[in-house]
Amino acid sequence: MSDSKPDAAEAAQLTRPSPLSPHLQVWRWHVTMAASILTRATGVALYGGFLVIAWGALALAGGADSYATFAEVMGSFLGRLVLFGVTFSIFYHMAAGVRHLVWDFGKGFEPKTADMSAIASMAFGLVAAIVVWFLAMMTGSA
Amino acid sequence: MVSTVKQHRTALGRARGLGAAHHGVGGFITERATAIALVPLCLWAVWAALKMAPGGYDGALAFLASPVNAVLAILLVVVSARHTQLGMRVIVEDYIDRTSARVSLLLLNSGVAWLAAALAVFSILKVALPGLTAH
Repeated sequence: MSDSKPDAAEAAQLTRPSPLSPHLQVWRWHVTMAASILTRATGVALYGGFLVIAWGALALAGGADSYATFAEVMGSFLGRLVLFGVTFSIFYHMAAGVRHLVWDFGKGFEPKTADMSAIASMAFGLVAAIVVWFLAMMTGSA
Repeated sequence: MVSTVKQHRTALGRARGLGAAHHGVGGFITERATAIALVPLCLWAVWAALKMAPGGYDGALAFLASPVNAVLAILLVVVSARHTQLGMRVIVEDYIDRTSARVSLLLLNSGVAWLAAALAVFSILKVALPGLTAH
């Protein structure tokens, strides 16, 4: 490499493609890693949840027939499965968001604290989703 | 190592004067501001879903006839659209390297988010204010 000109070396440095975020497969499994992936995955799921709400509003404005179709699809087994996933996503993503806000203030980075908050976020998401669906079944919503 | 023989300037020195766009943190702050707003809005949304589900079509109409519910529903849709669009944008920027694909997906993302939001807001208004769209 000693014969390469400094100009060429610098040009190569400048034209190198910008680095990408680490992909899923290069990390050893760890709970904070799982929490990070889950935050993104639930975010994508909530994109779907947002579209379900938009469809529901549109169906309602369309009249009784279109709303009945919407209610039928969401009330089916698959629809309920999706809605349970959305419910979990809402509560997990919410907890993860609060976790990130705490990090923004420079706190909570100690490995033990980060592990604990990751586990707590997952537990909160699951428990809150189950409680909501229990309430839904009690009140005749599901 | 990058040679500094010809250019005795640091990376900061080279960047200085070229000018920053001055909106680098805009998305960062909006993502967090919308996140904070979405905590109460999503809790309300879960409650609203439980409230609307048993009532069918008439129940949903009655629920959105309340001005408070209609306004909160519109806020939920608009703030969700912005937050969701920003989040998906970060994912696209992280993983899609090819410029043409990246730009296409970013445009598609914004288009889907704002189209869905506009349709939802119009629908909520139509239901909440029946007189507005009466013929």
